[in-house]
Amino acid sequence: MSNSIKITKGFDIRLLGEADKELRDNSTQNFALKPPDFIGVLPKLLVTEGDEVKAGTQVFFDKYRENIRFTSPVSGKVTEIVRGAKRVILEVRIDSDGNQTSVDFGKADPLSLTREDVIEKMLESGVWPLIRQRPYSVIANPADKPKSVFISGFDSAPLSPDYSFLLKGEESVFQTGINALSRLTDGKIHLNINEKAEIPAAYTQCSGVQKNHFSGPHPAGNVGIQIAKINPINKGDIVWYLRPQEVIIIGRLFQRGVYDNSKLTALCGSELVKTAYVKTRAGASIQEVVKANVKAGELRYISGNVLTGTNIGPKGYLGFYDNQVTVIPEGRYHEFVGWALPGLDKFTFSKTFLSSLFPKKVFRPDTNFHGGERAFVMTGEYEKVLPLDIYPMHLLKAILIDDIDQMERLGIYEVDEEDFALCEVICSSKIEIQSIIRGGLDLMRREMS
Amino acid sequence: MKSLRKYLDNIKPQFEKGGKLEKLHSTFEAFESFLFVSDKVTFKGSHIRDSLDLKRTMSVVIIALVPALLFGMWNIGYFHFKSIGMEAGLWACFFHGFIKILPIIAVSYITGLGIEFIFAQSRGHEVNEGFLVSGMLIPLVMPVDIPLWMVAVATAFAVVIGKEAFGGTGMNIFNPALLARAFIFFAYPGRITGDFVWISGLTGRENIVDGFTGATPLALASTGAALPSISDLFFGFVPGSIGETSKLAIIIGAIILLISGIGSWRIMLASLTGGLFMGYTFNLIGANHYMQIDAITQIAMGSFLFGVVFMATDPVTACQTNRGKYIYGFLIGMFAIMIRIFNPAYPEGTMMAILLMNTFAPLIDHYVVEANISRRLKRAVKTVKS
Repeated sequence: MSNSIKITKGFDIRLLGEADKELRDNSTQNFALKPPDFIGVLPKLLVTEGDEVKAGTQVFFDKYRENIRFTSPVSGKVTEIVRGAKRVILEVRIDSDGNQTSVDFGKADPLSLTREDVIEKMLESGVWPLIRQRPYSVIANPADKPKSVFISGFDSAPLSPDYSFLLKGEESVFQTGINALSRLTDGKIHLNINEKAEIPAAYTQCSGVQKNHFSGPHPAGNVGIQIAKINPINKGDIVWYLRPQEVIIIGRLFQRGVYDNSKLTALCGSELVKTAYVKTRAGASIQEVVKANVKAGELRYISGNVLTGTNIGPKGYLGFYDNQVTVIPEGRYHEFVGWALPGLDKFTFSKTFLSSLFPKKVFRPDTNFHGGERAFVMTGEYEKVLPLDIYPMHLLKAILIDDIDQMERLGIYEVDEEDFALCEVICSSKIEIQSIIRGGLDLMRREMS
Repeated sequence: MKSLRKYLDNIKPQFEKGGKLEKLHSTFEAFESFLFVSDKVTFKGSHIRDSLDLKRTMSVVIIALVPALLFGMWNIGYFHFKSIGMEAGLWACFFHGFIKILPIIAVSYITGLGIEFIFAQSRGHEVNEGFLVSGMLIPLVMPVDIPLWMVAVATAFAVVIGKEAFGGTGMNIFNPALLARAFIFFAYPGRITGDFVWISGLTGRENIVDGFTGATPLALASTGAALPSISDLFFGFVPGSIGETSKLAIIIGAIILLISGIGSWRIMLASLTGGLFMGYTFNLIGANHYMQIDAITQIAMGSFLFGVVFMATDPVTACQTNRGKYIYGFLIGMFAIMIRIFNPAYPEGTMMAILLMNTFAPLIDHYVVEANISRRLKRAVKTVKS
């Protein structure tokens, strides 16, 4: 049985620099595990500088939930532990020895294991953090039993990678991953597919899932939107979610007994000389693939997409959950009466610049703020890009005054910062909406636990 | 432009913390960001931002007001010369109006922006662009012969009591421009009612040609006198507040607001529907001559259309929810016509209707949002049961 769901509200941001379907290798030796990638985790180190590690060796665990372990992506040596203000651990840098020897976690057919064994294996090998939960978008708690598992089978964000290219040849390992997930929930596993794009063979051949077909503009690919359309979260509900490439990493653990987090990653953005797909791993340094491949000028290097990604700089490391590196120009310049110009090439969702006469136009926006922060003035803007039955401005105001009851009543459990990214982009008052939402989610999580 | 930028960069340190002109920081920032879009870049959340900001938003509204303003200038001159029995050409009429209206605009902007700058500085905020529109709306809802000091007092009242007391643009409950008008209406009623204030030079009642009356269509309607033709009402060959006379100019403004998406089509449509609904209902009752005026003529008279297009759609004081906007707009339309007919003291109802609905907008929103909340609760209960 399959559903077909049409998303009408939203906005497809067309940007210059889509990734060419050409595969390159990232031969970097430098990797890093970054605790800030994991919301709400307080890392306790299990290694020190100079330690030898294998792929799958535990590097740190979460102080609040000690069974959640984070493991090394490669075999090699821990070279540096980078700390920030108040000695917060920012990065655990590991140099690969090139051999990729892995801890052996043992092959197994997940369908013949008990739920506890599946969970134990995933925790031990460090693939568990790939599974996240709604509400709050934090790493799933192994003690919970989710009402369902959601896999968004496509990405609708700007310059997002093409999943039929990412998942080529991974059909059987994808199925093994799904089998493992099926042990975790009594509910359904929802695989949400983009109706308008080429459907990867991994999806068509896959069994044991409920397939739902989506169409429409971004944020149709956001798992939060999909959950809300199919099986909305009520107070007390827990839904787990992950992405297809993460299913594959779990599949590899059971098929081959190793922690292998390699994945294809899109290298995109207007400022790259040559866009491509790169075979790499989460935590890999991007230095080599972007070096000598970018245009002149001050640039921003983003792990992830332009809406929700992290600014990592030219020497940064690919985020744990990211499969995209975007390079766009910085916007540190003054523009003379910029707000009054006709704006033929100005990026906008509104109809107030001439560029809106060309809906197919591809933009090359920079990181300029285009104005100053103001109080909420315009209304009805956010609703145009938020396909949820939620009143965004009222929710934001409830969060700003820390009104927990009202936040709950207005549906905070159903949302995540990424769902509000478009609202933030188009906001004419230039309000930092994503960090407000994150603040609200963090507050709720503290209050509810 | 480079030399201007260089000059600004040179003097900027004086206005920053520790500089000797630190107290004028907000003022400097306002002028600087008016000339140059800031070089600030995104630092968390989305890495790209829409080019639309409040300056652009507000300038679209001002552009939408320009047709009404220009026509108002001509209209003022036309009736001035008509009242003294002189023939005058297009430019003479326009120029007379221009000379009359420019000081009102200047007073409104200087008073309002001055207060805004002071408050922004004392709060350490950037100056909000909201008054750019209010400052233009205030002259447009005034009669031309209004004394300038009254404009200044009314603007100060609207900005201080109506806006800053609540926390500035975005927090105010009442539309500032309408508040300024309401202030004059209650404090100096003689200056905003009657047959003489709408035409420039008529207040002194000098040199008026015999038989000329400056009565607005609404004043005529309330006394049961013959009304101007519908085409005169539509094109604006009638006396009235500066911006309200030409429906054509207002419709051009409305089209600009609708195409750009800045004005809410929901509010405009609902208000119009509400006004027509009330108009036709009164036509059916037909108890007095005012009720018998055709609904279309009702809409074309007075400030109904101006209020609906430029005042009711003010995003801050209107309902914030889309569903609420329909209710809010419809009630504004209804009340505007109803107050016109039932209020014996003053023949116009739009100002009162919008201010009244400004008061109730949060209440309407409250119920719309409560409906959303109970929908969510019901869903949760249903899942628990199943």
